[in-house]
Amino acid sequence: MTNVITTDNVRISYGDHEALHGINLNFQENQITALIGPSGCGKSTYLRSLNRMNDLIPNTTVTGEIRFRNNDIYSNSTDVVDLRKKIGMLFQQPNPFPLSVYENVAYGLKLSGVVNKRMLDERVEISLKQAAIWDEVKDSLNKNALSFSGGQQQRICMARVLAVQPEVILMDEPTSALDPISSAKIEETLMSIHDQFTIIIVTHNMQQAARISDKTAFLLNGDLVEFDQTEKMFINPKMDATSDYLNGKFG
Amino acid sequence: MNPKRTNQIATGLIYVLVAIVVLILAGLLGYILVNGVPNISWHFLTSGAEAFSAGGGIRDQLFNSLYLLVLTLIISLPIALGAGIYLSEYAADNWVTNVIRTMIEVLSSLPSVVVGLFGYLLFVIKFGFGFSILAGAIALTFFNLPLLTRNIEESLHNVSNLQREAGLSLGLSNWKTISGIVLPAALPGIITGVILCSGRVFGEAAALIYTAGQSAPTVNYLNFNPLSATSFLNPMRPAETLAVHIWKLNTEGITPDAHLISSGASAVLIIVILMFNLGARAFGNLVYLKMTAVK
Repeated sequence: MTNVITTDNVRISYGDHEALHGINLNFQENQITALIGPSGCGKSTYLRSLNRMNDLIPNTTVTGEIRFRNNDIYSNSTDVVDLRKKIGMLFQQPNPFPLSVYENVAYGLKLSGVVNKRMLDERVEISLKQAAIWDEVKDSLNKNALSFSGGQQQRICMARVLAVQPEVILMDEPTSALDPISSAKIEETLMSIHDQFTIIIVTHNMQQAARISDKTAFLLNGDLVEFDQTEKMFINPKMDATSDYLNGKFG
Repeated sequence: MNPKRTNQIATGLIYVLVAIVVLILAGLLGYILVNGVPNISWHFLTSGAEAFSAGGGIRDQLFNSLYLLVLTLIISLPIALGAGIYLSEYAADNWVTNVIRTMIEVLSSLPSVVVGLFGYLLFVIKFGFGFSILAGAIALTFFNLPLLTRNIEESLHNVSNLQREAGLSLGLSNWKTISGIVLPAALPGIITGVILCSGRVFGEAAALIYTAGQSAPTVNYLNFNPLSATSFLNPMRPAETLAVHIWKLNTEGITPDAHLISSGASAVLIIVILMFNLGARAFGNLVYLKMTAVK
């Protein structure tokens, strides 16, 4: 299996505070990798460095090497806009644009130059179907996306990410603000698109990690404690800390 | 005193304070409208002002006010938009931007007479504009810019960061995220700001006395050549606005019906501002709807 993203000794600091102390992780093509760990362990920070969303936070320094398809994403020659087209992201809070459902999903495509109406219609429909929201919005594609419930909004956001067909999708606790039914639908989506995309998901929900991921990385206080096949790690963790966390002794 | 009683007193106090505000506003507006509206007639709105005899109208002053407002917005809105976007989206949080912000605040508290005299010295005299709508519009831009810039900055700032992240993570450039997502989302707030500024511009007199002048030469409303001296569109002609006209009638007016004209003109001023507010709001909603949800 080819590695899509490789990270080598990644250290991230906010000002003087070092949040990550050298993380080495590789992500393989068409696999779901879960990042778990207690709040403040640095998993979101790490995730956001993979498509350079940390650039938005002032005083952040990233050292070490993060490579996407073997290109250093922090090198000066990297086009960040282009990078983010290939590495999409779904956030914790649903954040649809204040536009219609259709426009939300078509926005990225239109900007990358797709003007053919039929092609747009088709991509919008496919993406909304992939995100398991089509049945609920097909009759109101022209309605403002913000008028839907949080769970529906999150799935519209999911469709928006899928529409531009990235290679990697980063998810930062995508279901922690959702009701169980919407969460289940997002998970369903993940399972169904799993063979077309490389997915890296930060989650607080260990059952979720166990259900959906191929591999799991456990982070603690800015260090990578353990990284293994999900099944192996949940049944037979190598480190005591992992075992304690998975058994709910802290967290 | 028990909490229930305190609550009652606080609520009562708030109602009294609100009532004071409402009474003052209603009293002022009522006085102006009751005194002014009976003087408004079609003839009043469509005939020129008379210098010595009774029966003059406010046609030219009314048009001048509107024209000046449009011209001022054409000049100040793009500048304020650029500055507001810069301050909210691009400016780093350092001493340079803090100095800019402070300067904007200082500028906004400048007395309008000072702005007027400055405009008089610089544009009317030094640049040789003479008393002209353009000089007035530029002076009002100085006056308007700080408020408008701050307002646009605030409106943009109020747009959730999640929206920016959504745009950027989708592979939109910074500019596309700002222009395509953040700006439309901020539009209602920006429009409110434009309305507030317009009201100020419309009612401004002191800054205009020295820049746009106190005379309203007869203009031809059918002459659409802005370069012609008699055209109503000529930005280089002196133009007395409604607010200046009211001031003038009350200080040195020698027409026998100066008082009637000034109260009528005041009522017209208020009604036009009201209409402008409602119109701009409706327009803003329309644009927002058009931009946010198709149809």
